Amino acid sequence: MTEIGLGHYLTLGAVIFSIGIIGIFLNRKNIIVILMSIELILLAVNINLVAFSIYLGDLAGQVFTLFILTVAAAEAAIGLAIIVVYFRNSGTIRVEEIDKLKG
Amino acid sequence: MIAHAIFFYTFSIIAVVSAIMVTASKNTVHSVFFLILDFISISCLFIMIGAEFLGMIMLIVYVGAVAVLFLFVVMMLNVAQQKNQWFAGQTTSKHIPVGLIISTLIFFEIIIVIGGWKYKPEIFDINNSLANTSVSNTHSLGQVLYTDYIHVFQISGMILLVAMVGAIVLTFRQRSGVKKQSYIKQISRERAEGVEVLEVQSNKGVKIDD
Repeated sequence: MTEIGLGHYLTLGAVIFSIGIIGIFLNRKNIIVILMSIELILLAVNINLVAFSIYLGDLAGQVFTLFILTVAAAEAAIGLAIIVVYFRNSGTIRVEEIDKLKG
Repeated sequence: MIAHAIFFYTFSIIAVVSAIMVTASKNTVHSVFFLILDFISISCLFIMIGAEFLGMIMLIVYVGAVAVLFLFVVMMLNVAQQKNQWFAGQTTSKHIPVGLIISTLIFFEIIIVIGGWKYKPEIFDINNSLANTSVSNTHSLGQVLYTDYIHVFQISGMILLVAMVGAIVLTFRQRSGVKKQSYIKQISRERAEGVEVLEVQSNKGVKIDD
């Protein structure tokens, strides 16, 4: 219990990943919270990569965490821009009312 | 080792609780604040485990840029007052059991994978820890980032450029009826269309713009 190993970090990553998935499914507010849940999922992936990188002694995990960070920032910027444009055009970003694609 | 455990549990409990609050909070602004708290505690974990550079980059990129971007958009769109309708909506409640089932399934799958790895630890050699090396984390990361991963590094720069251009193009809006300075028009103006020399007769004056 007091010996913190790789399993603890992986479990933390799993918990945060699952919370992110729950956030995507259960969200009834607006799309911004869904984007935040996606950020949580990417954060869980980062935790896994960094924990493996440290405990296996391989730097590749941290390098790829850096790239995931880059892609996550780009994704957040593009997603928020799309949300702003959508809100400007249709006046709502509530999840139930966004049904233009009939999905 | 006890201190490691105490810090790990503290930060991970804060991270998990704030992750729950991100999805469950009624106010979107509060969600963003809990997201910031989540990122900060995870970056504390990164610093504690030995990845100082990533922890600091996480603080700068996420807390300094992404979370502020979220906050900016939330406040600009004025959706913070929309009340959460978790478990209260009539038409949407069919998503909730599906989401719970899928996420618990994913969670147990990952836990099973971790557990299977934990009881067969000889798959990986985890003894060559990075802590034994003499150079710092940032130093060693820089040594591989600019040599072995240079192409991926440049591609990530291109991704950022494309994201920047895309965000600007998406949100750019041409408004009609706004007076703007047009450099082309200013520079290409000639003397013939701007100045006119008139013979002014005495006691008559000049009529402009007739």
